[in-house]
Amino acid sequence: MSKFKKKKDGGLPPISTASLPDIVFMLLFFFMVATVIKEDNLIIQNSLPKANQIEKLDKKKPISYIYIGKPSPNYIDTYGTEDRIQLNDKLQSVEQVQAFIAAERAALAEELVPTLTVSLKVDRDAKMGVLTDVKQELRKTNALKINYTTKKGDALDN
Amino acid sequence: MAKRSAPEVNAGSMADIAFLLLIFFLVTTDIATDSGLSRKLPPWEPPTDVPVIIKEKNIFALTLNSKNEILLTSGGDSELVPLNELRAQAVKFLDNGGGEGKDVCKRCKGEGDKASSDNLDKAVISLANDRLTDYKTYIAVQNEILAAYNDIRNREFKKDYPNLEMDFVQATEMYQDPSTEPKVRENLKEKLEAIKAIVPQKFSEAEAKRD
Repeated sequence: MSKFKKKKDGGLPPISTASLPDIVFMLLFFFMVATVIKEDNLIIQNSLPKANQIEKLDKKKPISYIYIGKPSPNYIDTYGTEDRIQLNDKLQSVEQVQAFIAAERAALAEELVPTLTVSLKVDRDAKMGVLTDVKQELRKTNALKINYTTKKGDALDN
Repeated sequence: MAKRSAPEVNAGSMADIAFLLLIFFLVTTDIATDSGLSRKLPPWEPPTDVPVIIKEKNIFALTLNSKNEILLTSGGDSELVPLNELRAQAVKFLDNGGGEGKDVCKRCKGEGDKASSDNLDKAVISLANDRLTDYKTYIAVQNEILAAYNDIRNREFKKDYPNLEMDFVQATEMYQDPSTEPKVRENLKEKLEAIKAIVPQKFSEAEAKRD
């Protein structure tokens, strides 16, 4: 007489779930590799408009990001509701754009400096005023390659 | 005493842990959007330059106001155009080919209206915006203008290089794709540059109006 009963014959054996962790880990690694962690923590609203005449940015060339938009709901008390510029992790004024570009250039190898592209991530509901000022600053500091970063879609239903 | 074998570690919760991590990564990461409308800003110059004189009929002037309306001034007339007609209007203007003598446009397929642009090289599109124009309208207009240029470039590319079986936009994509062989890229670059020279993007942006 043993403690353990013998298995009955004919019953369905339970499905082995031993490989489930492996499958999930595989998915996990896929997502870890395929996604890019956000470069900057956004303080402003940033939903991009749509366009269809777009070109992909070459990831091998240096890209600097400038964000423009209204402060997020959490920050309205601190920063108000006007359109603001975000460089790296802080809201900055227009005058600091030149310093930002200079700092970005200083971090690059010399031969890459002329290939620096400025990606302008501007909220779809932002007004043109701030962007115009930023463009003037970029011209002054001779950062002429720009890209209005957009989603892919039909521009007519923006 | 009988030797007991080490008990097997229960791996049942491993899946839960992995799922938790997976969900964490799904939530915290976003797939980066790194594509958009590439433009080049004009260099900063002291405003002492002698203004370049361009014939009025060669200018397709767009003005965006604070209410996001588009005013088109071309060939002496001004009218409001809806966004969805802008591309067709721009193509019609660029492709007009109303030039005579040394300004004659051999490639143009347009109406040849004397009051509109001379040829592809002379036609200039200018865009001015108000400080209170919405960015989404501005992008939509930029997109439509680039689309108009791309339409004509596609046509010319197909006409000049019919055996490639692609258009200008596809060729540009292929050229920018890093997996394309260097030989093919060199070859494509030459052709793309040739088309760009035939259909130049003469698209100027005036500084925004102060109000």
